[in-house]
Amino acid sequence: MNLKQFASLAALGALVLAACAAPPAAPAQPAQPAQPSEQKPAEPAKKFAGITVNAITFSGPQIAEPMQRRGKEFSEMTGATINVITVPFADLYQKILNDFATGTNSYDVIVFAPQWMVDYIEPGYLEDLTDRVKADADLQWEDIGLFFRDFSATYNGRIYTIPLDGDFQMVYYRTDIAKELGLQPPQTWEDYIAFAKAVSEKKLTTDDGKPVYGSCIAKKKAAQSYWMITSIASAFIQSQGTAQGAFFDLETFKPLYNNEAFARALEIYKETTQYGPPDEINLDVGDTRGLWTAGQCALTIDWGDIGTLAIEEGSKAKDKTGAVILPGSRQVLDRKTGKLVDCTPELCPYAVDGVNHAPFAAFGGWSGAINKASKPEVKDAAFAYLSYMNQPAQSNVDVTIGKTGFNPYRVSQFKNLDNWIKAGMSEQAAKDYLGAIEASLNSPNMVLDLRIPQNQYYQGIVLDGAIAKFLAGEQDIAATMKEIEDGWEQKTEELGRDKQLAAYKATLGVQK
Amino acid sequence: MATLTSTANPPATRARASRSERLAPAAFLLPAVLVVLFVSIFPLLLSLFLSLSRLRFEAGGLKVQFVGLDNYRKLLFGSEQKVLFGTLATPSLIGWAVLAIVAFLALAAVYRAIRDARSGRAVVGRALAGMALIGLTYLVVASLLAPEGRPGTMVVTMLYVVVGITLQYLIGLGLALLCAQQLPGRRFFRVVFLLPMMITPVGVGYLFRMLADTNKGPLEPLWVALGMQDFAWSNNAWGARIAVMVGDIWQWTPFMFIVLLAALEAQEVEPVEAAIVDGASNWDIFRHITLPAILPVSTTLILIRMIEAFKIIDLPNILTNGGPGTATETMTLYAYRIWRALDIGGSAAIAYLLLFLVTFFATLYVRALRGRMSTVR
Repeated sequence: MNLKQFASLAALGALVLAACAAPPAAPAQPAQPAQPSEQKPAEPAKKFAGITVNAITFSGPQIAEPMQRRGKEFSEMTGATINVITVPFADLYQKILNDFATGTNSYDVIVFAPQWMVDYIEPGYLEDLTDRVKADADLQWEDIGLFFRDFSATYNGRIYTIPLDGDFQMVYYRTDIAKELGLQPPQTWEDYIAFAKAVSEKKLTTDDGKPVYGSCIAKKKAAQSYWMITSIASAFIQSQGTAQGAFFDLETFKPLYNNEAFARALEIYKETTQYGPPDEINLDVGDTRGLWTAGQCALTIDWGDIGTLAIEEGSKAKDKTGAVILPGSRQVLDRKTGKLVDCTPELCPYAVDGVNHAPFAAFGGWSGAINKASKPEVKDAAFAYLSYMNQPAQSNVDVTIGKTGFNPYRVSQFKNLDNWIKAGMSEQAAKDYLGAIEASLNSPNMVLDLRIPQNQYYQGIVLDGAIAKFLAGEQDIAATMKEIEDGWEQKTEELGRDKQLAAYKATLGVQK
Repeated sequence: MATLTSTANPPATRARASRSERLAPAAFLLPAVLVVLFVSIFPLLLSLFLSLSRLRFEAGGLKVQFVGLDNYRKLLFGSEQKVLFGTLATPSLIGWAVLAIVAFLALAAVYRAIRDARSGRAVVGRALAGMALIGLTYLVVASLLAPEGRPGTMVVTMLYVVVGITLQYLIGLGLALLCAQQLPGRRFFRVVFLLPMMITPVGVGYLFRMLADTNKGPLEPLWVALGMQDFAWSNNAWGARIAVMVGDIWQWTPFMFIVLLAALEAQEVEPVEAAIVDGASNWDIFRHITLPAILPVSTTLILIRMIEAFKIIDLPNILTNGGPGTATETMTLYAYRIWRALDIGGSAAIAYLLLFLVTFFATLYVRALRGRMSTVR
């Protein structure tokens, strides 16, 4: 076949194919006269149409769930697309920092632990939100608890984050078990041990035959254990008010975790293990919360989440969950001698009935911030999104839902019981729950979480590692305290003692 | 054809051709070399530099401060020493015996090098390797085989490698020998035995976490029936380590199995048939024919798994976060843990120590088997 023949054959084939594939010719339609339009009037363009906001937080479902749900609502209202990206909690801190530092800037909104903010603000990665907050009446900024406005939102007098959650650690106890065994809610850590021991000795079981443990505390390594030990130690270390600090000496910046006070806290912490589930040192808060709602714990230390999880469907702890401020101590640290001494009015000016309480604002509550490098229009949408989640209409509902992980942080949320009763809490339970948070929030001796540069290393690596070894029986109390002191001192020397001290003092200077 | 062309060309053309022929290999290799340099050598050098530095995030970007060997000092002699080496104590009698045997073998190797009049470099090399081996053995016996001792991340890593690979090889070989027989259902089992390898290590971690949960896992009735409902493997250092090793063995035995099965099936039939005719027992056939035949494959297989096993991280991370204490923490998990707290220099230093350790063991292994392999060939 020569070229001409091939071309003719190809042309013929193409014609046949075209004939087979062509749709039947439609009859010609007469041109229609223009009809008067019956369409609805065009909707006005949505404010943030076409804008995408990438938000990062931890892979909850807590925190991520309300961000996604509210994000969808926000999208429908404004046209913006909210992309919620989640990563494991343990990776969140460095993931954000790496993204900012390398200039990748994949995230426009970060929802994170406010105690990390110093590491993000100092290099200039976060947008200053002060003017935006002042201009946004819907936020009702003054309704947010003063502590959260200051500790969770403000750095060096400027606002960088929008609080979405309020965090304090408290002790929860089973009211029915307390009544049955004639026990009072624990006022001191010795009471806590006695309560746990009494329940443990009674060998109670749930309706389905599972054991009820005297105490359930999340003690897993590289999880929340270092907050738990701080909750216990604070009552023994800080007694002179928030500005005294519970981590470092304000003159020398030497750690306060190598003395009789911390040794006592370690003793108590380890003793609680005797009354807990057999695998307690491998449990994180997700596990202990599950045990609580399964009715298998008589006591626990946790953030506000237990209160709302206890009223969720399927919970066996509904209307059986009482809450109190973190237990205190009748003995506190004499910082000059490093010894534990009895409380006196001078030493423990805020003691109640001789008991020094030092409620620990662990973590500080999830807060949202905006990447300074994002485009102006994206920043606008990002702020509007954070504002929407924070506004009372949304947050008053979200804080009553257990799965959100959001706990109350607005004054109105403490005053108005209706939302809580509507969510399924009894009036007494709501009063107990909110009362414990308020008592912590109003305490003049509240302990602020560490918020100095690289606090993640101090707590997440050194403190957590030493506590894990102690709980596993790898080292004794003295070796544990020395390891913490040495590790903290080494990091302080690396970063500069004066700089770290100044940062620490600045944090403690926060108004309450 | 080429000969014809070259003879027909004048000398100048020939010179051009030979120059282009000389350059051709380099030109073809250059892109590959550049890629290797970019993706392998450059990160290696950069991470070496990072291990000698301290990084800080400051306004305007990263501040890199050169600190020399400070990160290594912290690990080997400073505050991190206990995490890396564990608690060293006086070894037990068994520990001393093990140390004595290893020391004897190391000294014997040096003596042989001197006796055989090897080069000075070879003798020094053997002496250094011997010292390193004695040091590592002391680390093992003073932490694992000492009543008061506690292994650090380095020994825990070596434990996972040695125990894990040994058991993986033995089980994998056993299964391969079974599947190489004409047994009913062997095709089905070949597929079943491969399944664990297809699950991601993170999935295996969660799977074993559920299975090992004596309180609420799917095997709870079994644990209760055995009276183990109050036993928590995660509270016990050896319980947790065994859980990690079981998971690792379960996942990686299929790899050994499939490669060994291929080696067994590729084995020549004639020697085996001749041995049967000669009245050799099954054990004799396995020992004298099968094992030497699969030795080259086994050597490579173990080397690959060894290099991989030193990097184990997923299982201990999911199962225990390295706990209880530091009982299940490997060097990679340790590096990852401090990297998350942005001690990038310290993390790189651990990675380099791991590199030295892997290289040392791999070299020792290859050299130990070199003689044996040549005998087999």
